[in-house]
Amino acid sequence: MIVELGHFALILACLVAVLQSTIPLIGAHKRWPGWMAMAEPAAVAQLLLTAAAFAALTHAFVTSDFSVRLVVLNSHTDKPMLYKVTGVWGNHEGSMLLWVLIVALFGAAVAWFGTNLPPTLKARVLAVQGMIGLAFILFILLTSNPFLRMAVPPFNGQDLNPLLQDPGLAFHPPFLYLGYVGLSMTFSFAVAALIEGRVDAAWGRWVRPWTLAAWVFLTIGIGLGSWWAYYELGWGGFWFWDPVENASFMPWLIAAALLHSAIVVEKREALKSWTILMAIIAFGFSMVGAFITRSGVLTSVHAFATDPERGVFLLAILAVFMIGALTLFAMRAGVMQARGVFSMVSRESALVLNNILLSVAAFVVFVGTIWPLVAEMAFDRKLSVGAPFFNAAFSPFMLALGLVLPIGAMLPWKRARLGRIMRALMPALVLALAIGALAWAMQSGRSALGPVGLFLAAWLIMGAGIDLWSRTGRGQGRLARLTRLPRADWGKAVAHAGLGVTMAGVAAMMAWQQEDIRVMRTGDEVTLAGHTIRLDEVHEIEGPNYLSTTATFTLSRGGRVLGQMHPEKRVYPVAAMPTTEAALDNGFLRDIYIALGDRQEGGGWAVRSYYKPLANWIWGGSILMALGGFLSLSDRRFRVAAGARRQVQGVPAE
Amino acid sequence: MRRLILALCVIAAPALAVQPDEILDDPALEARAREISAGLRCLVCRNESIDDSNAQLARDLRLLVRERLVAGDTNEETVDYIVARYGEYVLLRPTTRGANLLLWLAGPLMLGAGLIVAGAYLRRRAEAPEPETARLSAQEEARLRELMRE
Repeated sequence: MIVELGHFALILACLVAVLQSTIPLIGAHKRWPGWMAMAEPAAVAQLLLTAAAFAALTHAFVTSDFSVRLVVLNSHTDKPMLYKVTGVWGNHEGSMLLWVLIVALFGAAVAWFGTNLPPTLKARVLAVQGMIGLAFILFILLTSNPFLRMAVPPFNGQDLNPLLQDPGLAFHPPFLYLGYVGLSMTFSFAVAALIEGRVDAAWGRWVRPWTLAAWVFLTIGIGLGSWWAYYELGWGGFWFWDPVENASFMPWLIAAALLHSAIVVEKREALKSWTILMAIIAFGFSMVGAFITRSGVLTSVHAFATDPERGVFLLAILAVFMIGALTLFAMRAGVMQARGVFSMVSRESALVLNNILLSVAAFVVFVGTIWPLVAEMAFDRKLSVGAPFFNAAFSPFMLALGLVLPIGAMLPWKRARLGRIMRALMPALVLALAIGALAWAMQSGRSALGPVGLFLAAWLIMGAGIDLWSRTGRGQGRLARLTRLPRADWGKAVAHAGLGVTMAGVAAMMAWQQEDIRVMRTGDEVTLAGHTIRLDEVHEIEGPNYLSTTATFTLSRGGRVLGQMHPEKRVYPVAAMPTTEAALDNGFLRDIYIALGDRQEGGGWAVRSYYKPLANWIWGGSILMALGGFLSLSDRRFRVAAGARRQVQGVPAE
Repeated sequence: MRRLILALCVIAAPALAVQPDEILDDPALEARAREISAGLRCLVCRNESIDDSNAQLARDLRLLVRERLVAGDTNEETVDYIVARYGEYVLLRPTTRGANLLLWLAGPLMLGAGLIVAGAYLRRRAEAPEPETARLSAQEEARLRELMRE
């Protein structure tokens, strides 16, 4: 009964979405306040209805209702409660429902918090958001209904993929979706502004928080996914340039570009058409991501529920929204004239360069991702594009970005003198070069990757520090002023430093990782980068819904015991799947990583151990980037001054 | 059973890819083998190198690579030997031959185009006349007057 109510709520949400995407649009065109005002209750109703549908599905999972097909396929009574709940979105149908819920959530958020928006713009934004919701609700109802019942309910379910039964992965999709779908908000704002025919500084200010929020969520989501891959997949890889990873990485890059170009729109009334284009493309990439994951066109490590019919439907959604938005864009290009004037050397130019580097980097990832498809269809060649290509073709853009970032971040608006900035940054440059040289000297005959990475990291982190310090003015009390700087300044510095921290981690891990593979019997010892690892014992343990072979290792350094490590091999009997649970000894400067392999015929166990320098910096940097975004979001300037235009429109001529 | 096989080669790759018994005694040769196998695709897997994969076929390929190296082949000869048998699909780093040139040049070309367009835009912006500041609508003028009175 509850399941049918959920299904019914989703159908109602679909009908509400039809109203939401038409009535306010007509109202805004004809200036009928009543019709425009319809947008807000519709957005809230859509949220309530999709939330009811989602709650109904969650209820089915929590109570293990095996008359529902989706629950049978993805749950089991023995599964811990946490994974019963996360199992709701650990599959195609449920995750689409989560997607739709988040679309509605963002729509309702605009209805609630967008009180400073002019009524016509608000009505149009909500109408476009309603169209997006409508498209995806139709997709669920017509191709991927999560509420289907079984004719003959089985006694128990088939269990969720054991790899998904992990805290890191359980919360990876919701964050990722908050990011993907958050970009639908910027898309709606862009399309609404195009319909309105007005893109100005105020628009830049309104759209920026949504972009920032989406980018922060994407950062967290990608970080979680990468962290999960690191400890779960058993060899400590953190990024595979897999099509699905790329699908999340492209919107992230474009959102980062959009974030910066919207600043130029807001402060200087330039780059308007570019920013609108980025806003459209960012959501386009989000939908490309959904298409890649769910169509099976590009085989990947974690494509799930691939189905051609769904793929075609998603492609149709993508085509309709992109062609519609881009046609509108072409028609309205004339109204988006830049007004700000600035010289070649200025903050504006630096942000243009930032946008070129980020968007071309995203383009490289895009071309590399779809190239196997293009090569097969157009040139009849079956080929692969893997990590070596991306490392070679993508990294130079990040290198260039890292090099110019600290300089660009300090340039003043309109007109700047490079010499002054360079003098201020000189200590950071010298120290960073020294750190790079030291790293170069300490390693012998290996690639330049490590030293260059550390140089960039030091340059970015210290550059961010100098930027912040330079804002405190001169004379007495600089420290006190530092704490009173706007949160946006802090956010910028923290996020930029976070990028440096991540770069250091990636470079160090790729350049200086050490590995040892061998057969170990109990009592055997391995020495790895100054650490001693001893295998003490191996025994069998029974978990709630799995069987585990757990080893005990003792990690020591210079005779001092640092701790015990317990890598496991698990078998999930219901899903008939083995997984590895690697053991990690986390440190600030290094991780020690042990994965337990198979029992060998001649006795003993295959053991893989790794020394991973600066591993945690990768995710530490991601956390810093997300934190920087949050700090900027909480800046009072977003809230206080954002109402400027509405008052203008609300005041009657005296 | 199908799920198990998939699990074994596709995602799970339980722990060990390179097995202890595969490792060559000569560390220099082994390092070369690792370098080569990181660039070769496991054919039955999704987007994994044979160095990372746990599939049986990946193991066979790893052993083949080592066999060729021990027989005295250079890195290029070893890779060519495998490409000759399995096609260019095994190469994770696509060649620069033929249409693939487009793939490799896509980034640099786009960067060049972007810089040219941006350069032209920036020059226009630098030479553009300052917009007159008083471009307020009548409504905005009224609002401004009101604010000034307050």
